[in-house]
Amino acid sequence: MPVTLNSVLQVLIFMVIILLLTKPVGLYLYKVFNGERTWLSPVLVPVERFFYRLSGISEEDEQKWTGYMVSVLIFSVVGMLLLYLLERTQQWQRTFFNPQGLPNVEPQLAFNTAASFTTNTNWQSYTGEQTMSYLTQMAGLAFHQFVSAAVGIALAVALVRGLARRSAQHLGSFWVDLVRCTLYILLPVCIVGALVFVSQGMIQNFNAYTVVHTLNGQTQTIAQGPVASMEIIKDLGTNGGGFFNVNAAHPFENPNALTGLLIILCEITLGAGLFYMFGKWVGNTRQGWVLWIVSAILFVIGVFIVIPAEQAGNPLLASAGANQVVNATQSGGNMEGKEVRFGITISSLQEVTTTATSTGTVMSFHDSYTPIGGLVLISNMALGEIIFGGVGAGLYSMLMFAIIGVFIAGLMVGRTPEYLGKKIERKEIMMAVLALLVSPLVILGFSSIAIALPAGQAGLTTGAGNLGPHGLSDILYAFTSTNANNGSAFAGLNGNNPFYNWTLGFAMLIGRFAEVIPLLALGGALVKKRVVPAGLGTFPTTGALWVALLIGVILIVGALTYFPAYSLGPIIEQLFMHAGKVF
Amino acid sequence: MQTDQIQPELPTDGLEVKQWKTRRKGDLSIWDPSIIRRAIPDSFKKLDPRVQVKNPVMFVVEVGSVVTTIEFVRLLFARPTATLDRTHLNFEIFFVLAVAIWLWFTVVFANFAEAMAEGRGKAQADTLRRARTTTMAKRLACPDRFGKVEAVAAPELRKGDLVLVEAGEVIPGDGDVIEGVASVDESAITGESAPVIRESGGDRSAVTGGTRVLSDWIVVQISANPGETFLDRMIALVEGARRQKTPNEIALNILIAALTIIFLLVVVSLEPFAIYSGQAVSVTTLIALLVCLIPTTIGGLLSAIGIAGMDRMVQRNVLAMSGRAVEAAGDVDVLLLDKTGTITLGNRQATRFVPLRGVEERALAEAAMLASLSDETPEGRSIVALAREKYGFTDAVDPTAMFIPFSATTRMSGVDMHGASNGTSSAHAIRKGAGDSVAAYVAEYGGTTSDELKTIVNGIASAGSTPLVVAEVRSGVNGTDGHAQVLGVIELKDIVKGGMRARFDELRRMGIRTVMITGDNPLTAAAIAREAGVDDFLAQATPETKMKLIKEQQTGGRMVAMTGDGTNDAPALAQADVGVAMNTGTQAAKEAANMVDLDSNPTKLIEVVEVGKQLLISRGALTTFSIANDVAKYFAIIPAAFSITYPQLQALNIMHLTTPNSAVLSAVIFNALIIVALIPLALRGIKYRAIGAGPLLRRNLLIYGIGGIIIPFAGIKAIDLILQLLHLTLG
Repeated sequence: MPVTLNSVLQVLIFMVIILLLTKPVGLYLYKVFNGERTWLSPVLVPVERFFYRLSGISEEDEQKWTGYMVSVLIFSVVGMLLLYLLERTQQWQRTFFNPQGLPNVEPQLAFNTAASFTTNTNWQSYTGEQTMSYLTQMAGLAFHQFVSAAVGIALAVALVRGLARRSAQHLGSFWVDLVRCTLYILLPVCIVGALVFVSQGMIQNFNAYTVVHTLNGQTQTIAQGPVASMEIIKDLGTNGGGFFNVNAAHPFENPNALTGLLIILCEITLGAGLFYMFGKWVGNTRQGWVLWIVSAILFVIGVFIVIPAEQAGNPLLASAGANQVVNATQSGGNMEGKEVRFGITISSLQEVTTTATSTGTVMSFHDSYTPIGGLVLISNMALGEIIFGGVGAGLYSMLMFAIIGVFIAGLMVGRTPEYLGKKIERKEIMMAVLALLVSPLVILGFSSIAIALPAGQAGLTTGAGNLGPHGLSDILYAFTSTNANNGSAFAGLNGNNPFYNWTLGFAMLIGRFAEVIPLLALGGALVKKRVVPAGLGTFPTTGALWVALLIGVILIVGALTYFPAYSLGPIIEQLFMHAGKVF
Repeated sequence: MQTDQIQPELPTDGLEVKQWKTRRKGDLSIWDPSIIRRAIPDSFKKLDPRVQVKNPVMFVVEVGSVVTTIEFVRLLFARPTATLDRTHLNFEIFFVLAVAIWLWFTVVFANFAEAMAEGRGKAQADTLRRARTTTMAKRLACPDRFGKVEAVAAPELRKGDLVLVEAGEVIPGDGDVIEGVASVDESAITGESAPVIRESGGDRSAVTGGTRVLSDWIVVQISANPGETFLDRMIALVEGARRQKTPNEIALNILIAALTIIFLLVVVSLEPFAIYSGQAVSVTTLIALLVCLIPTTIGGLLSAIGIAGMDRMVQRNVLAMSGRAVEAAGDVDVLLLDKTGTITLGNRQATRFVPLRGVEERALAEAAMLASLSDETPEGRSIVALAREKYGFTDAVDPTAMFIPFSATTRMSGVDMHGASNGTSSAHAIRKGAGDSVAAYVAEYGGTTSDELKTIVNGIASAGSTPLVVAEVRSGVNGTDGHAQVLGVIELKDIVKGGMRARFDELRRMGIRTVMITGDNPLTAAAIAREAGVDDFLAQATPETKMKLIKEQQTGGRMVAMTGDGTNDAPALAQADVGVAMNTGTQAAKEAANMVDLDSNPTKLIEVVEVGKQLLISRGALTTFSIANDVAKYFAIIPAAFSITYPQLQALNIMHLTTPNSAVLSAVIFNALIIVALIPLALRGIKYRAIGAGPLLRRNLLIYGIGGIIIPFAGIKAIDLILQLLHLTLG
């Protein structure tokens, strides 16, 4: 039996923890964004006011969708430029911030990285400990890990206001949402979380790298740095950009099972809580819970495809003499690229979570998963970060699918489709499908260009099993991950070259902003609408039927798009694997 | 609107007591040969790219058809190569030809669906055109029946002209009767053969050009210039000549255009992936994949559904002035219904005899019956009927009886027997009428009225009914010791039409609230509202309060539908989201409304709502079906497309289709045939069931969603088997 009871229990416990966290987190989010009093208010309200006075922002000054959008774009462009400048000038930073004396980052890599962190992607074409100074990591990358998460959440909040408000004009103030999100949500959790991580053995220092002499007489350089402070926001903000190249598979970045669990929980909790916040905001928490359930079902389906696929092991490894059978001393299964500390279940749970939530933190090597396991990971991202999803992005992308789902099937009750009492008409569906179009355009467009050009094919690491179908998977994975602002990678692709730095950089920017602009416009169109009171004839968007319908729409509209391409990648690779063929 | 004053024997307000039934016009079956004959050439004419470009999905299919046809011609001149021997080249040629033919069929089938939908309208338009024969009109210089008459051709009449129309003549244009009264045969427009009365003043003054005066004469003031008449608009509407896409149709078009773009991306990007994987996929297979994935089913049937929806309105004798209104009808949340004629029969009917103390009910009933025997008003007839039903009185009419009709001054009616009331010999007079009038009458003959009577009268009035007091005067042989007394009271009740409660219940299940509009006082209104089972009522309604009610509902986000016929209904009809004017109504009401009911049936609104819902359901169901179909097509085409590069992908060929060529061909054929198979569904519309949105959605999702996933698996497999039987698997 490929799935052990132990596996099932671990997943079950994990789901129960998320279930328990959803409501309190969601309520807190709701209060923060509505300016209601929370238990942190006595301390933070003066700080918040101070920032508003400093920047000349009035809390009451709300914005229309266009104003909100312009603010988001200005903030992101300026932030991206600052990060670029910081990367390009790090060699002049003093010893304290750059003890290793790392040189300036190459222009195209600096662009790629700036785009990556501004868009909450955290695709890393570099090796953190060999490329980025402490100042760049902390003030450049970690800063964006905070604000790109806050921007994502703010965008979702704006869309929720569009759905919740009636006959209104404004979607809230971006600046206020940004400040509140950072101040009340991200910073407090991160301060506490970083200390917990440090207590578990995660490092936090500004030391120069330690050079040690190993037992067999060699020298080894052990990288140091302010890791814990970055690790917590990396996960909480669904960023995923690790301090070290190997990310959370590094013992300094993930010392033990407890930190492992906390990392996975951080990735998923805010996304889950946002669904509850949405339900609360629109006056019916069931509306939020159904989206939560849709996410949970897709999540569990993913987990229970990956775990058996990995636990069953790789027949090629078996024929090479590897023992892949589970027993008291080993987890068995396909352990290539997985840490023995965590085994199959935690690794699978983490990697499904990281791809579902658009985080990109990794504890095991996605490239080494069985093709079917890899197929789940890439599909999670291709669906558009909706399975709990990136912070904010999960909610707004799920709402996009909800609107498309309502529109397709809602007509079948004999009324013009409406979601939460708002009629979905020409303008709304136009904006929703514009957002829907972005992913196929970026993923399939860039991938087919990359695979057709020598420059693109040159990125495939030859000789390491990265040709044939797996090479296609590598490229598809890269553009899917960047488009979905995930940031994880199939490492068979060398991304640090001009072709991929530029194309992946643009994939991230388009994947983020080309999707949110139509969704903000959607919010702007919805906010003006009156609400049709629900009656017996109203399309029910709570309940099992809606859950089934939404999953159907997500799978058919969202996933079927990529299956022709996948059949030449992971699907055929899996068939070949069973036939004993590798590339 | 009636006043809230309670008057006995109020003259009926003109609406006949009639149980409404919708007549279906034009008993054309869906597959009527005449329509098919017309639709076939039309579906080829519509292949014109200028027509197709308006429909993005079918335009893509047409471009695909052209490309595969060119590919076929190219292959005809191709020579066998080392990798492709003569046999396989021939297979390839036949395969490309077959795909090309079926792609052309796909476009033609979609055109055929549209042409079929239009055909029904065109057939109706032809009938209407016959009514628009050029007639000669008698133009009057002044509004005087005997004035100077000038003969002009109908098309030369302009707005404001006065024409005289006499028995046997055709009314030359739309207008209002300003003088005279005539019976008019409107069957050309309504299909109803019974003539209707048209008279000057009031709410029955509008006449329609093309209808025929049967008796008497009328002077008509023309209200529409040629080309703008009702008949012209009607012809344009049923023909679909001015058909504009409705808002929801546009939105749906955006969605399916977006899906088309997505699948275009899928297919275009597949070629580089395929080349990388080892071998390019043939253009024909790529186009086949594209056509199968894009939503051709809904794309091909969308406009047919819209046209058929308008047509279903016409079949129910409702003229929708725009498709937008039909669509809006599906969304209606609140129905405003006039009480009189819609909810109640329009006449009060006797339901109870309430005798005073000391009077037998039988005596009261007999007196009431005698007084009403010659009373031809519906109230009078109902009194006779009730008395006979209760006590089995015979038809015997006293030969000396003299009927005293109702007059506005006495506010009574009755009967005198054996001579006059103040006559000489033994006489017996019965009066029925309003309480105070009868009391005065009794007092005149020395009788008295008691407080008991007042109590009964007030009791009946407050229950929403009308009390009718009956009194008799008997004079002795000498006419001296006359005896006058009040016998009792007849309760006249507003009778709620049969089956209304069930219809309102049905509406409630649809999620629609009904509001009764009445001029009655709140007490009466409440009683009737309760009895009829409406959700709410507006009593003592005036045009202003009606308007206010509509606006209030609309501000609350609700869609309002109402019917009306009078000029004072016009503003409210215009304000309502769906306003249905009665064809018997005034020109102003018809102008303001966005639908005209030719049957003038006030309960037609319910059917209008159903047609609207049907239209939306048909669209949603076929969209869902179309998208769900993609799953099976993916499993048919993908393994076939890569059969050379990756034979292992045959593992995905779960339908076990015979050869790659037959797999692709079967999917393409299925895709084309499903359009034809669904034409009847698109034209008839999917039935709406008032079972609440949840159960309805579950039902439709099962049929069109789950069915949409399963059916193509079976269909493609079946076609593959047939191809195998015919040795056409080409491989």
